[in-house]
Amino acid sequence: MLADLFAQALNGLAYGVLLFLLSVGLTLIFGMLDVVNLAHGSYYMLGAYAGLGLIAATGNFWLALALAPLAVGVIGAAVERTCLRPLYRRGPLDQVLLTFGLIYVFEDLVKWIWGGRIRSIPTPDLFSASVNFGGAVIPSYRLFVIVFGLGMAVALWLLIERTRLGAIIRAGVYDSEMSAGMGINVSRVFTFVFAFGAALAGLSGVIAGPIQSAYPPMGASILVPALIVVVVGGLGSLKGSLAGSLIIGQAETFGKAWLPGASMLIIYVVMAFVLLVRPQGLFGRALK
Amino acid sequence: MTAPVLARVVALVVLTAVVALFPLAAGTYPVKLLQEILIWGIFAMSLDLLMGFAGMVSFGHSAFFGIGAYTAALLLPKFPGLLAALVAPAAAAALGALVIGFFSIRVGGVYFIMLTLAFSQMFYAVAFQNSFLGAEDGLVGVPRPTVLGMGIGSIGGFHAYLLVIVLACALFLWRVVRSPFGHVLRGIHENEARMQAVGYPVNRYKLTAFVIAGMLAGVAGSLYTQFVGSISPSAFLWTTSGEALLMVIIGGTGTVFGGILGAGAFILLQSLVSSYTERWMLILGLTFVLLVLFAPGGIVGALRGRVGLRA
Repeated sequence: MLADLFAQALNGLAYGVLLFLLSVGLTLIFGMLDVVNLAHGSYYMLGAYAGLGLIAATGNFWLALALAPLAVGVIGAAVERTCLRPLYRRGPLDQVLLTFGLIYVFEDLVKWIWGGRIRSIPTPDLFSASVNFGGAVIPSYRLFVIVFGLGMAVALWLLIERTRLGAIIRAGVYDSEMSAGMGINVSRVFTFVFAFGAALAGLSGVIAGPIQSAYPPMGASILVPALIVVVVGGLGSLKGSLAGSLIIGQAETFGKAWLPGASMLIIYVVMAFVLLVRPQGLFGRALK
Repeated sequence: MTAPVLARVVALVVLTAVVALFPLAAGTYPVKLLQEILIWGIFAMSLDLLMGFAGMVSFGHSAFFGIGAYTAALLLPKFPGLLAALVAPAAAAALGALVIGFFSIRVGGVYFIMLTLAFSQMFYAVAFQNSFLGAEDGLVGVPRPTVLGMGIGSIGGFHAYLLVIVLACALFLWRVVRSPFGHVLRGIHENEARMQAVGYPVNRYKLTAFVIAGMLAGVAGSLYTQFVGSISPSAFLWTTSGEALLMVIIGGTGTVFGGILGAGAFILLQSLVSSYTERWMLILGLTFVLLVLFAPGGIVGALRGRVGLRA
């Protein structure tokens, strides 16, 4: 019983860090560019498929893990430069609609290239075994995902809080107009943040591959839990993104184990509860 | 009546007559396509009330479409009348809109988009996992209601029934946006803080608009169930709301009737493209991107520019 509980908690943690990598980009892009990037899930999907393609070509999971996010980041930069940039002067709504259209474009392109059926990314040999924790059998790949994801969280925190680039990003999130006034090349930072967020989503897609497999509509469906994470954690907050991911990861995993008939509902209940108690999210700034 | 108003009344009457007489001239497939356009037209028009007039872009409008559809699918087998076909679905959808609206209205802009999107997926989750609602298969074998003692199983009968409801919905919406209430909504769209300062209870107005739009979306959902004879959880998918937003944009936001034009363009394009290629989604996505980038005014906006047609 206790072992089972422990196994569930670890599964939830693995799912949580995947959501974290996804929602960081969403929350930073929102904070800085004022865009809800509905196509953010598409970068997750593109990451999974780019990983699939790279593994097929090279046979090396680790190479795919390193290169696929870069490829997705380049796509993200191109999208920001060509499609989003002309819209910054218009309201945020046009940008939302545009990113919605991009979901279809990316999903159909992937379907065109790889076909519509479900594909799975093979687990790397290094982590193909399972680990036994006093009766709880955990696939070692999940442990890798947890350690890797938490390591990324620390690295991101250092990047945002301790480097000059991070200070620029924080300034941009807080007030991009003022940052431009202080002589920061905001437009280049915009592109960087968008590409960086896309790359993180792509990274999430690659490491999710061996656990959740890849299928074209995965981008539109993962977006919903990612948005809920951002709502629960608070828009534009890195800390909130981490807290929200871990909460939603556990809620979804335990929901599946304990309330199989209503498992999909749990995360919405969590969201509604947070909204009632703290409408701005756990770590969000007070709403206007 | 001034000349432009007269012209528009004439245009409306002619258009209605053409739509009404269409089944006499066309085969089954085109008529079904037209009926689908009319149903999605109601949905798009109701969304335009939120988007074009109150300035609230909802990505969760499919929730009310689905609530209406499921209410009708549950009730019609037992009570084959207009109460189950129209009144109950509209009421259920309005109630759903009241609850979701309560949570979502308080926040503006992009936050509103995220909340409405998330809540509509909550209904998807409920429908998908609830065996009472047929779980992932949905509800099938939904009969059409009896109207004024007559069955509307035939394609012509359903057409007449549909036309009356579409006209009623369109005129109702038209009245709403021309009423003092509609002007307040437009004021909120233009400058919410000022409307608040002038003393309008802004949130109550927004919530009312949300409930009215949700109610009509419920009617559209119910009609869709009657049209197809079944409903599945995918009716709730947030991407359905996105497609309806595209219909509104194609038709032109803030125009009411543009919703039907947009639905028409969308569905005709879909059936045309699908008969040539499997890449409908790609074309749909590109249409979205290009419209947002280059033609934010939509069909009605373009017409206004060309022919000098005015609101």
